[in-house]
Amino acid sequence: MSEPRLLQLQDLRVSFHSRDGVVDAVRGVSFSLGREKLGIVGESGSGKSMTGRALMRLLPSTATMHAKTMRFGEIDLLAASERQMCQVRGRHIAMIMQDPKYSLNPVVTVGKQITETYRRHRRTGGRAARDYAIEMLDAVKIRDPARVFHQYPHEISGGMGQRVMIAMMLAAEPSLLIADEPTSALDVTVRFEILQLLDELIQSRHLGVLFISHDLNLVRRYCDRVLIMYAGQVVEEIEADRLNEATHPYTRGLLDSMPRIHRPRHRLPVLQRDPAWREPLTADER
Amino acid sequence: MIELEVRDLTVAFGPERQRVRAVEDVSFAIARGACFGLVGESGCGKSTVLRVIAGLNRDYGGTVSLRGTPVPPRRDKAYYKRVQMVFQDPYGSLHPGKTVYSQIMGPMLVHKLAGAEQRVDRALEAVGLGTAFRFRYPHQLSGGQRQRVAIARALALEPEVLLLDEPTSALDVSVQAEILNLLADLREREGLTYLLVSHDLAVIAHLCEELAVMDRGRIVEALTRDQLVRGETKVDSTRRLLEASEELGEDRLPPEAPR
Amino acid sequence: MSVCDTTTPKRPRWRAWLETDTPQSVRQASLQETWRKVLYFRSQPLGMIGLALLLLLLFVVVFAPLLATHNPIAQDLDARLLPPSAQYWLGTDHLGRDVYSRIVYGARTTLRIAVLVAIIVAPLGLVIGATAGYLGGIVDEILMRITDVFLAFPGLILALGFAAALGPGVDNAIIAIALTAWPPIARLARAEALTIRQADYIAAVRLQGASAARIIVRHVMPVCLPSVTVRVTLNMAGVILTAAGLGFLGLGAQPPWPEWGAMVAVGRQFMFDYPWVVAAPGLAIAAISLAFNLLGDALRDTLDPRIG
Repeated sequence: MSEPRLLQLQDLRVSFHSRDGVVDAVRGVSFSLGREKLGIVGESGSGKSMTGRALMRLLPSTATMHAKTMRFGEIDLLAASERQMCQVRGRHIAMIMQDPKYSLNPVVTVGKQITETYRRHRRTGGRAARDYAIEMLDAVKIRDPARVFHQYPHEISGGMGQRVMIAMMLAAEPSLLIADEPTSALDVTVRFEILQLLDELIQSRHLGVLFISHDLNLVRRYCDRVLIMYAGQVVEEIEADRLNEATHPYTRGLLDSMPRIHRPRHRLPVLQRDPAWREPLTADER
Repeated sequence: MIELEVRDLTVAFGPERQRVRAVEDVSFAIARGACFGLVGESGCGKSTVLRVIAGLNRDYGGTVSLRGTPVPPRRDKAYYKRVQMVFQDPYGSLHPGKTVYSQIMGPMLVHKLAGAEQRVDRALEAVGLGTAFRFRYPHQLSGGQRQRVAIARALALEPEVLLLDEPTSALDVSVQAEILNLLADLREREGLTYLLVSHDLAVIAHLCEELAVMDRGRIVEALTRDQLVRGETKVDSTRRLLEASEELGEDRLPPEAPR
Repeated sequence: MSVCDTTTPKRPRWRAWLETDTPQSVRQASLQETWRKVLYFRSQPLGMIGLALLLLLLFVVVFAPLLATHNPIAQDLDARLLPPSAQYWLGTDHLGRDVYSRIVYGARTTLRIAVLVAIIVAPLGLVIGATAGYLGGIVDEILMRITDVFLAFPGLILALGFAAALGPGVDNAIIAIALTAWPPIARLARAEALTIRQADYIAAVRLQGASAARIIVRHVMPVCLPSVTVRVTLNMAGVILTAAGLGFLGLGAQPPWPEWGAMVAVGRQFMFDYPWVVAAPGLAIAAISLAFNLLGDALRDTLDPRIG
């Protein structure tokens, strides 16, 4: 815990202005992240994805954001120019999105997309970039990297697409990875393989990960620490393997409402949402 | 008594030369009032089976019978009075430009049923949406509310069989619990027969007494819920699905399991 | 409806009625939906400019006799090609007719052409396109090949041919323009119908046992309607220009009745020495075309069903 924090975020607020008034999507989220795996869990509309996007300064134009601090290492993400942000994105912080079908360019071959990211951040020759891309494809355990290098995204499966995405994102050797629902679009059996792969890569490259997901099980299995978000606030923070000891009624409710193969129940308990959970939190957060 | 039976169902896609068999020799029968689950990974053909039964795919081999009577590939109106379907994505299965009331009214007008308005109200009541929701548009509803409307629409014709295509996979866990409870209640109350298609073994195990595992277009194993819970499976596909859901979720794993 | 309140709410209450979360009838819900669209439309300045210009045109059309300062067809050979002045606000043409009054009356012809073409083209394109797109197969093939035949000719040339065959005149020009303007609409409606056909909500309607005709009319066409409306609005600029072109070639409105295109046509021989003869009707055409384009763009955003 003594090593320098990769990312420091304090009191992040994101709001959307529409003609129906102001909607606060994120209401004072603070956390810091070292070289660890931090999960953010919440249901749709909890503000978890907006938090991830705010860190990359990739919010839609209708959104405004404020924060007390938002630092990545030495870089102040709040003060950075758009030019500096382009350096940060991809080079230092990489982002993996939900569906590889939409995040890969359909008319460019897989290999080209990887070499392009690599060369944008690391000015090398075409030959070296090509070799590196094939090496990356091999690292994400694609069986025949030289063949896949020349394929188009529609020629490969969803799981393979997500591997390519990961290869592409890690090509520039970032130190922080933001994974926004990286496996939601994949089959259950493929999900596990992708997570295992991601885990190995993170271990070997010593990365910090911000893992955003709606799936408590996934996060508990995969992360070191979990933040539970509700209505734009972090309502609970807990070590992942102690999630069963969670105390906040929202977290408890989420855990309970999942059907379990080995614990059949006639009825699933339904989460009763307490309006008090929406109340602004007192200033006891770190 | 058998409510719905599928025998030797085969579906192929594509042009003559390179036809791909999406479904091959699938047979199963569902007793009246039972819930039967069809589970498998995407592309295993489970949704195709459902679309065939629903009559959305008319090009198939084999027979689909309702209470022992085979139905023609081109389904008639009377068939849809008895068999209805709930789709996966509540954002896509409701007409974006029609109010809840009109959506549910649609089937009444097609079938020229008497007391249509009361039926709409009753259907909304049955899925736990008050009449306050009658005149809202889909974009004014949450995902869970939309799925309730979709279920109400299917129920409005008072069918005997409900085909459920991943009815909760687009919803949040807490909403999923509500919808699963609702489906369980409705089955009990209205004596409905369910065919549930899902990739999620936990959801299948929660709702269905019997299930079949599909892989590459074929049913590779048929199990009861008890057999599944005890892990009595003989084929790899089932084991893979079971392991995946255990790895990713079930808290019976020791917390110190190697990562 | 069982609980539809029959008393009309007073002024302060109508907004509350339009904005309540729990509408009591289908009519109230659809009015609310319209109201939301109106509010959204109002927030688009360019669209409002377009709308304002078109309302101005409508005003001119309705009150032409009051607005005109002269008889638009009265010739005064002593007052030929006079520059703008207090008496002739926009000058006079080569026969001494007041250009301003001719533009005021010409607006009637222009708007008539635009409206009638829209009334013919939109339903025709919508029905053909939605049917072809939803049914597919042989029906699609036949309808689309017919569409292709019409698309193969340049619009103005085809209109020229029709106008020549039917004889010159505004009504024939309208028919000619309508015949050339529907194919793009049909193509658009078909493309929309093709995607709608795959949607789950259409599958859900099929599962209710609804007939194909019912699905097309009640479910496919309403979804195609917004984009068709937008397209027709955007096309209006082109229609007015085609009408002007036909008028320019002598196949539209017949002299002495004023029509903007014909005014430009006749005026062009005096263009260099007496520019107002051409500039005024030319600007009118440009302004109205622009107005339709601005309106169309704003409508495209407003009618998007995701906005609400």
